[in-house]
Amino acid sequence: MQKEHKKDQRFKIANREAFIGVGLVIFNFVWWFAFAYGLGSKDPSEYTYIFGLPDWFFYSCVLGLVVMIILVTFVVKTFFIDVSFDDEGDEHS
Amino acid sequence: MNGQALLPLIGILIVIFMIGLWAGKSVRSSDTFLQEYFLGNRSMGGFLLAMTMTATYGSASSFIGGPGVAYTQGLGWVLLAMSQVATGYFVLMILGKKFAIVTRKYQAVTMVDYLKERYQSKWVVWVAALSIIIFLFSAMAAQWIGGARLIESLTGMPYLASLFIFAISVLIYVMIGGFRAIAITDAVQGIIMFIGTLILLIATVIAGEGIPNIIADLQAENPNLITPFGADGDLTPAYVSSFWILVGVGVIALPQIAVRAMSYKNSQSMHRAIIIGTIVVGFIMLNMHLIGVFARPILPNIEVGDQVMPLLALEVMPPWLAGIVLAAPMAAIMSTVDSLLLLVSSSIVKDVYINYIEPKASDRRVKRLSIGVTGILGVIVFLMAFDPPELIIWLNLFAFGGLEAAFIWPIVLGLYWKKGNKYGALTSMITGVSFYVLFEKFYPEPFGMHSVVLSIVISFVVYVVVSLSTQNWRGNIAKSDGV
Repeated sequence: MQKEHKKDQRFKIANREAFIGVGLVIFNFVWWFAFAYGLGSKDPSEYTYIFGLPDWFFYSCVLGLVVMIILVTFVVKTFFIDVSFDDEGDEHS
Repeated sequence: MNGQALLPLIGILIVIFMIGLWAGKSVRSSDTFLQEYFLGNRSMGGFLLAMTMTATYGSASSFIGGPGVAYTQGLGWVLLAMSQVATGYFVLMILGKKFAIVTRKYQAVTMVDYLKERYQSKWVVWVAALSIIIFLFSAMAAQWIGGARLIESLTGMPYLASLFIFAISVLIYVMIGGFRAIAITDAVQGIIMFIGTLILLIATVIAGEGIPNIIADLQAENPNLITPFGADGDLTPAYVSSFWILVGVGVIALPQIAVRAMSYKNSQSMHRAIIIGTIVVGFIMLNMHLIGVFARPILPNIEVGDQVMPLLALEVMPPWLAGIVLAAPMAAIMSTVDSLLLLVSSSIVKDVYINYIEPKASDRRVKRLSIGVTGILGVIVFLMAFDPPELIIWLNLFAFGGLEAAFIWPIVLGLYWKKGNKYGALTSMITGVSFYVLFEKFYPEPFGMHSVVLSIVISFVVYVVVSLSTQNWRGNIAKSDGV
């Protein structure tokens, strides 16, 4: 009975983290899409440049990558919980 | 190409041999051969896990083909390639803890093992194992051709000799070392790719006299090169976005990736791998494709896309350094090929032979068989790569999209949806693959998107509808504990 309860807990954590993954990928996609096509649809002669790169590219691909790395690190360190993968033993730290 | 550039390449092959020999010790001393040979005893730490996923995934396409297309298409193709950043975190977050816990409980060694226990159906196993063997075998043959071509262009040796060197070096360490050797060499190769792309990017920017200058040259040649729409303006937002499915989130269903999500030691390793994986995948993909675009003003008029990387490296760097950097694509190809080889052989031995032909095979027999099958597969691929049959080339085009359409829902909904059953899984696999092949053949890019998108939508509907409507059928017993 107690074991069942513990299993439920672990799967609850797993389900929550899967939802976080879906959320991150949607955020990632929106950021990438909005900057690329929002700023990039102008005529190339009207582009502004950051570090020599067209602004749409800098925000969408370069800054987007940096933002995702920071966000993923933050989310994993803050919301991801250590669980044991075996049926016995508890690894909470 | 001269000897100075050849030395680093030979050095890397030697290092790889040593790792194979060293890892082979764990295989010999292990008492659970199957777990060790095909899964490295589930002992991967975070760094190894991140590197082996990146290296397996970043195949020839991202190192040779990808930058070649970026050279032709401009920044729009780099934008497309950046959809792959998602793989760094998405796969491990979705399969994540649940897959690790469940596959441990099932004692699953392969992805098909998991499907077998989850759905309790012989047919699911057969269809899954067959699609893996057919599709991945073709994908592997194509990669061998790529590897041999690269050695050929680096050394000037004939194709046959190059293919031979490539085959021997891959086979030896896969046969003696198994999964552990592959994971460790993947980590070495991942580091080479990471540093190699960084050096090459810097050298390219210097040779092009700075980024503003390169971008101005590109704009002067064709303004479309610096827009998100490709050189001819035909990369539509819908088409580019659909690569988020093909090379982004859909990767979750590739067996060679999914199997890595059951190989890690504990949840701390998984957390670390998510962070490292995102950094490494993002960094390599961005740099590699950007290099392809930046190469254009430096080396205009390259006709064959695949030659952009080797020619550029030799142009902007001293030969010895070019040799080290060109070991990166070599590393990428090898690390993809070795995982595919092991996966196909595990499908034959574990999923087909042990499940249905000889369930009581002794450990010694399984051991000999695994190594034997790996060897024979190697020889067959070698012969095919020497004179590739049309069918292989054709199947390879469908390999990744086909596997994604087949497996994504049986895996993901199998983990997270209690009502999913074998009828749903089986029909979803078959319709997924069939529709993908039909779309590719007769109706490419439905609604302006890559065919994989619609195929995955169809296989989702089929999985859900069939599972729901067969809830009360006899024989609808499946292990869904804890879902």
